Amino acid sequence: MTTTVRNTAAEMAQALADGTVTSVQLTELHLERIAAVDGAVHAFLHVDHEGALAQAAASDARRAAGETLSPLDGVPIAVKDVLTTEGLPTTCGSKILEGWVPPYDATVVARLRAAGLPILGKTNMDEFAMGSSTEHSAYGPTHNPWDLDRIPGGSGGGSAAAVAAFEAPLAIGTDTGGSIRQPGAVTGTVGVKPTYGGVSRYGLVALANSLDQAGPVTRTVLDSALLHDIIGGHDPRDSTSIDQPWPSFTDAARAGATGDMTGVKIGVITELTGEGWQDGVMARFQESIDLLVKAGAEVVEVSCPSFVHALAAYYLILPAEASSNLAKFDAMRYGLRVVPEGDPSAEDVMRATRDAGFGDEVKRRIILGTYALSSGYYDAYYGQAQKVRTLISRDFEAAFEQVDVLVSPTAPTTAFKLGEKLDDPIAMYLNDLATIPANLAGVPGISVPSGLADEDGLPAGFQILAPALADERLYRVGAALESLLTQEWGAPLLDKAPALALRDGSSLASTGTESETR
Amino acid sequence: MTTDTLLSFEESLEKFDPAMGLEVHVELNTNSKMFCGCPTEFGAEPNTQVCPTCLGLPGAMPVVNRIAVESAMRIGLALNCEIAEWCRFARKNYFYPDMPKNFQTSQYDEPIAFDGYMDVNVPTEDGGIEVVRVEIERAHMEEDTGKSLHVGGATGRIHGAVHSLVDYNRAGIPLIEIVTRPIMGTRENAPAVAKAYVAQLRELIVALGVSDARMDQGSIRADVNLSLAPAGTGALGTRTETKNVNSLRSVERAVRFEMQRHAAILDSGGSILQETRHWHEDTGVTTSGREKSDAEDYRYFPEPDLVPVAPSREWVEELRGTLPENPTVKRARLQGEWGFSDLEMRDTIGAGAFGLVEETIEAGASPQIARKWWLSELARRANDTGTDIAELGVSPADVVAVQALIDAGSLNDKLARQVFEGLYAAEGTPAEIVAKRGLAIVSDDGALSAAVDNAIAANPDVADKIRDGKVAAAGALIGAVMKQMRGQADAGRVRELILEKLT
Amino acid sequence: MPEITRDEVAHLANLARIDLDDAELDHLAPQLSVILESVASINGVAGDDVPPTSHALPLTNVFRDDVVTPGLTVEQALSGAPEVDQQRFSVPRILGDEQ
Repeated sequence: MTTTVRNTAAEMAQALADGTVTSVQLTELHLERIAAVDGAVHAFLHVDHEGALAQAAASDARRAAGETLSPLDGVPIAVKDVLTTEGLPTTCGSKILEGWVPPYDATVVARLRAAGLPILGKTNMDEFAMGSSTEHSAYGPTHNPWDLDRIPGGSGGGSAAAVAAFEAPLAIGTDTGGSIRQPGAVTGTVGVKPTYGGVSRYGLVALANSLDQAGPVTRTVLDSALLHDIIGGHDPRDSTSIDQPWPSFTDAARAGATGDMTGVKIGVITELTGEGWQDGVMARFQESIDLLVKAGAEVVEVSCPSFVHALAAYYLILPAEASSNLAKFDAMRYGLRVVPEGDPSAEDVMRATRDAGFGDEVKRRIILGTYALSSGYYDAYYGQAQKVRTLISRDFEAAFEQVDVLVSPTAPTTAFKLGEKLDDPIAMYLNDLATIPANLAGVPGISVPSGLADEDGLPAGFQILAPALADERLYRVGAALESLLTQEWGAPLLDKAPALALRDGSSLASTGTESETR
Repeated sequence: MTTDTLLSFEESLEKFDPAMGLEVHVELNTNSKMFCGCPTEFGAEPNTQVCPTCLGLPGAMPVVNRIAVESAMRIGLALNCEIAEWCRFARKNYFYPDMPKNFQTSQYDEPIAFDGYMDVNVPTEDGGIEVVRVEIERAHMEEDTGKSLHVGGATGRIHGAVHSLVDYNRAGIPLIEIVTRPIMGTRENAPAVAKAYVAQLRELIVALGVSDARMDQGSIRADVNLSLAPAGTGALGTRTETKNVNSLRSVERAVRFEMQRHAAILDSGGSILQETRHWHEDTGVTTSGREKSDAEDYRYFPEPDLVPVAPSREWVEELRGTLPENPTVKRARLQGEWGFSDLEMRDTIGAGAFGLVEETIEAGASPQIARKWWLSELARRANDTGTDIAELGVSPADVVAVQALIDAGSLNDKLARQVFEGLYAAEGTPAEIVAKRGLAIVSDDGALSAAVDNAIAANPDVADKIRDGKVAAAGALIGAVMKQMRGQADAGRVRELILEKLT
Repeated sequence: MPEITRDEVAHLANLARIDLDDAELDHLAPQLSVILESVASINGVAGDDVPPTSHALPLTNVFRDDVVTPGLTVEQALSGAPEVDQQRFSVPRILGDEQ
């Protein structure tokens, strides 16, 4: 069977191993797909044609010499524009870094290179990862491949959309309050936030240092596992990274794929269901629970009472840390420099540059963060928020004494329309209700597609959370659910996504034949 | 610029009591920086010792230098501090172009060392030595900033500069900040206490081997805080902070100046503006910098990219074992060994020469010789030029070398002074200077004899007197010969030759 | 009820070195007040006996050895600079003093 962009990364890796496709062919296929659809989707901010093809050629040469670097050697990948890539522009979705080319690779990127994955380019995101819709990108929004008038989620909408639109089989995202998981939910893809410290943050432009994690964005749970195995692990350059060996997530995903959930105890978080959650989202969630029970799981309700304060704590901690992290963008050493008229001082140039270079959401959060940290307010706001964090961690600990994993719908609604929530910051923040607690406590989480909501035919996600360091449970349960659901559907969920109009006027139907690989 | 009015020192003390706080920053001599592996060599080409972390590039992260932590702990232990069982780094947020992240990674309410003291030997106004216990509030770890060159202004200072050029080589070098509690009750000895504290702290740092601690190179920096309160009230007034205090002499002078300046303002009914001031060693005054008020709110919070430092008690005790001898105990022991009187000891300390004398003796000189050179020629030079005695360009080894030349008969004391002049001017080693300047004593009798003959011929009356037995008159002839020989003759040998020829 | 005035926003923007114009100030202050009101719900939630968490996982004593490791070349270091002069970052005249 011919390999196409619709295959999974695992299938592509197999095809490469079998010799039925080369990395150059695979990469070309994806570059063509990007050329065909990205005008409409706008998942990418930068596509590195030359670099990706050169890396692909090198991969093919290695394979010929019997020196493949990893199971994913030669499978192309897209990287969220918040990770530094040496020689490739890194904008973090902001004007203030327009044209900045880092002189160093993030550790995650270095590991991808060391594993032989050609890097297709950098994906779009909310500016400095602040947002839930990718509408706050200074370079224009990304469009959800399921409905181009809708948001792809955020802040990592670009990576999720790229994968959902078959522009890349794999992507790297980052998740501070749900920025991998929520886009996964609204685009029908898989996204994983590892245990805090599980993946290096060196080279990940910080939003909230105590919450950020990089992780896989893929179409299947196995693909995420394969990628997680490559990017995870201790990094001496990141003082907060965990220094212990991880089990194979690929093995966990394969074990889970049998669909047998005997002996697994699942807790449904009371506070993350009910009113305010879209009916269709809840329906798909419930069905998934039922499937897991049928497969042998035991399900109980677990209350995590402090979760109702998670949003407030998050929107104090994040802006506080971000306001400090973003101080470095001051026009002195790199990035945008705006020189006002007259004889401006360095301070004048800083102020003018930051006003011109930062968007509204970033400014909001910087001001809020500066406020939360100011003398007189620290104890009431930031200090309190850090205490609430302790309560949330305790709730998780108590819950995990009763169950193996906790579950909830990933997001309260399906993809809303572009522009719908832009004027209402709080409405926007509520998208992260279910995902934020995991970041505050540092526990790992995955979003797996749960199906399409009846009322709008748009994807919803099923979130699984595990104790810190127990990421393999995400893959085991996630793979099981995916397997059970795919059986119910008869085909992958993304097959149901509407065909995107290609630049050449044709369309890529899910069951039709493809343009031949050249 | 308006000149500040000063009240006389005496009157200031009649009416007010000074309280001082000293903040000393020590640049550690680690191989690499505080949070990254960049080298710390002094004097490298600009921006050649930087990496994503110390340059503050987006995405970069810090990792703590273990030896910097050890040095911080050793400094704390040497200052009789408690070492924290658990402490964190914190961000001090403010904007300045020499700070790559626009925050400094430092420590705020959780310093690694706290609640210590140093017993300082202070040479007092009345000629004695007083031991003053200076309480140490804290010693904590932080990172240094980059360096700016201000271009286009008149003096290379920041005011009036057109633009600035920033070099980040220094950014990220480990600093230990040592902060005293308010030092009170020192009265007229306040300036001397401040100076003695910094000098003794410096010696301690050098003895620990954690820094070069050179004020002229900026590897030790002192900021002086001063306030006055009405005499006898024991209260604390509004303080000013004075920076740019680059020598021990400046420390003393700056304290004195601020006391007098504050006194003049308070005496006339005014109030002190809480601000940062700059010391100017050339003019001997402080000038106003920026207001040190809440306008700059540092918004401290724990550094989220670093994890807490929790030194085990075993580690602390291991480091305690590496400390040098307690300075007070050591001084008493050495005074005994050297045979110095109390006055000689006081003078040595007062000249800031204790450590230098010690090193000179270690290098082979006798205690009296070491004291002689440091307290006469070198202390005088330091005073005349307003330089710290440690920064004249003369090392203990140099002093030993000069004395060795004297002992070998190649130099006398007068010629030795010329060698020191050569050292001040950085002309080379003592041997090189003697050669370059042609200072060696002429030991060739032929040349001496010729010079003696000249002197005899030029001074016939004196010669006659000597022939008549008035040997004492030889002095004038010796002088004439020495003049001919430009001092490069052994006076004793000259006298011998004169007497040989005339008696 | 916590409210953030236009003046406070201006003060904070100053601390954060962002030059907000009048329109932005008018726009931001009410938005921030709304956000602040909702996050203020956090007050009193955690008692005095609850310790703050700054890190999800209790790591301590992560150090590196005091060895020199390769950094950036000068070209790399200066590569993003808006202006370079004499191998240094050229910045406009600085008004304030060093801390």
